[in-house]
Amino acid sequence: MSTMSSEEPPKLYAAREPIFPRRVSGWFRRLKWWILAVTLGIYYLTPWIRWDRGPNMSDQAVLVDLANRRFFFFMIEIWPHEFYFVAGLLIMAGLGLFLFTSALGRVWCGYTCPQTVWTDLFILVERWIEGDRNARVRLWNQKWDARKVRLRVTKWTVWFLIAVATGGAWVFYFADAPTLLRDLVTLQAPFVAYASIGILTATTFTFGGFMREQVCIYMCPWPRIQAAMMDEDTLTVAYRSWRGEPRGKHRKKEGAEALGDCIDCNACVNVCPMGIDIRDGQQLACITCALCIDACDDVMEKIGKPRGLIDYCTLNDEPRERAGNPPRPAWMHILRVRTMIYTVLWAGIGIALVVALFMRSDIELTVAPVRNPLNVTLSDGSVRNTYDIRLRNKHGEDRVFALSYTADTSDFTIALEGEEGTSVTVPADSVYNQRVYLTAGPESAAVDERVTDVRFWVEDPESNERSYSDSIYHGKGE
Amino acid sequence: MADTKKEQDKAEEYGTTGHEWDGIREYDTPMPRWWLWTFYATIVWAVIYVILFPAIPLVNGATPGLLGFSTRGQLAEEMQAARDANAEIDSQLVAAELTEISADPELQRYAMAGGAAVFKTYCAQCHGAGAAGVQAAGYPNLLDDDWLWGGDIEAIHQTITHGIRWEADPDTRFSQMPAFGEILEGEEIDALTAHVLAISGQDHDAGLAATGAELYAENCASCHGDAGMGDREQGAPNLTDAIWLYGGSEEEIHETITYSRYGIMPPWQDRLTEAQIRQVSAYVHGLGGGE
Repeated sequence: MSTMSSEEPPKLYAAREPIFPRRVSGWFRRLKWWILAVTLGIYYLTPWIRWDRGPNMSDQAVLVDLANRRFFFFMIEIWPHEFYFVAGLLIMAGLGLFLFTSALGRVWCGYTCPQTVWTDLFILVERWIEGDRNARVRLWNQKWDARKVRLRVTKWTVWFLIAVATGGAWVFYFADAPTLLRDLVTLQAPFVAYASIGILTATTFTFGGFMREQVCIYMCPWPRIQAAMMDEDTLTVAYRSWRGEPRGKHRKKEGAEALGDCIDCNACVNVCPMGIDIRDGQQLACITCALCIDACDDVMEKIGKPRGLIDYCTLNDEPRERAGNPPRPAWMHILRVRTMIYTVLWAGIGIALVVALFMRSDIELTVAPVRNPLNVTLSDGSVRNTYDIRLRNKHGEDRVFALSYTADTSDFTIALEGEEGTSVTVPADSVYNQRVYLTAGPESAAVDERVTDVRFWVEDPESNERSYSDSIYHGKGE
Repeated sequence: MADTKKEQDKAEEYGTTGHEWDGIREYDTPMPRWWLWTFYATIVWAVIYVILFPAIPLVNGATPGLLGFSTRGQLAEEMQAARDANAEIDSQLVAAELTEISADPELQRYAMAGGAAVFKTYCAQCHGAGAAGVQAAGYPNLLDDDWLWGGDIEAIHQTITHGIRWEADPDTRFSQMPAFGEILEGEEIDALTAHVLAISGQDHDAGLAATGAELYAENCASCHGDAGMGDREQGAPNLTDAIWLYGGSEEEIHETITYSRYGIMPPWQDRLTEAQIRQVSAYVHGLGGGE
């Protein structure tokens, strides 16, 4: 199969082919600018939003407080035992990705993936400083002189500042942003903050400035997985070869009537940030950023042909279009069993999470019966069970927790280890471990039973908030 | 398969791997050069790592590495750091009155956490991981409200420090019940057994018990008390309650009177620090039976 000549050894490694995407304008380009502005805006500004939670609590709207094991998101506060919310959100993110990929192909890659967004930003900077495609190609090919050095250093400096801001914004999600910024500037921040900024600065600078499409083609696993979620109804960026071929430049020559609509101007190739030719068909390297659609539509308008030579198409419309019929409308492709299943699953988990969120109480308890031993006989013959109870006070101030029980019998007496009554004060925003005893007298029916169901209650006597947890009492019966 | 011009060019330039699946062939395209650099960088990293850290296995151990790092050394450092970090609160614990530990939330929390660790390491072998002892086999249950030698924290501290019936320790708690099988006749022991059953509220022969009451007053009351309530000064158990160190059935009581039974607990003052003894004293006191 190989026809390589013997005097030329095969190339095992290849240097990256530089790509100089040309500026493009159009509907998709405008959409991508908006997405870039909104996503980067959210990323850089979110840590600075304030949210009043009371005197003892952080006033940062979004905060992952690793040291105190709290996650704050506006009015929502997640404790470690509620980590299922995070798991639920991750599952929703996964299902959402499945939904969008099966409906619209690699929209995640093309529009919202951080690698795409930051690369877009870096290319924008590059164009501002070094000029558009032709100027950049010339600069690349020319010898190093003062102007080239100046342009390169300027570009790298701006890239570096963006990269530092990116790493810097990341650490603000994990600590109070104004305090951390002051500590960072005065060199008093913890080492891990500087290390995180350093690593993210390096990755942003390298991935956005130099690696670019190499990350998508060689490093990211997602393009491989996505193929499994696309089918013949998936809308994806494609070239209408039946309309464009045979392509040709020379319209005035003889036989030009036989040519398709593609004038082989290479506009689609020149704007592509991945350096590919969409006319070769769907391929691994295509992130469906749709910039070739804008470029081609522009050309088609200029030469007076209909738009959409490159367009969002589906595989199963191809035979229809080849036969001269119009494609089916997009909603018919998007609304199909597969996408509906994804939507139902996605929404189901979302609704379950929201319901769970609003059913949470601000005072809570978890009861763990001590099982070694199951019970203790006291000297008067009564039988005692012990429970380790975790009391959680999610309020920003101390609260009194009054403990009580309900059960089918009222034979039990409840007592708290180290406390006189049945109330304890739980400090603000914290967990308090309390050992609790339930004792049944020697004549009690509960002693002769194997187990008796018991429900423990906590109540805040001032606010009347209450919460319960079910447990059991182990008697001596078999 | 009709290859396009572009595909033919590519196949010509790189060749294919020679594999073919359902007409699909794989180009033998070159790898990215940065990947090669990354590979070389990992090799350089590995060489540096081998020089700095223990790496090459030899007959007795491994090459130590320039940094002299070992996981065992790291553990020792971390243990020392933990001891250093606790030094201050340990000295507070030792300086505090035993009865006042529970009033200080920080000391109490520290003592309970540390005491749980000490208990599971040194005490659980006899008293059980849950401190329930071994029922009817002479290992006392530490959870209940019955104490042979006293259940306030000072008594518990004394017991743990000096042990029980440990003759090498002059301050150990000491008492011993005689084996009445060598002193009394068989019927007399039957009668005593009936009396003990009677005062602990169990089924018994009333006639035998009346005889036993007289024998009890002569032989047993000096330690167990006139009413059988026991005496903590001598570690004599309360015979009227529902808790039995060696079992409360007729046979078990009979056997105990005939042969006598007692247990031994080692003193811990030479094996544990004073802070550790105080921790485990607070822990045992806080298990539910403390007085």
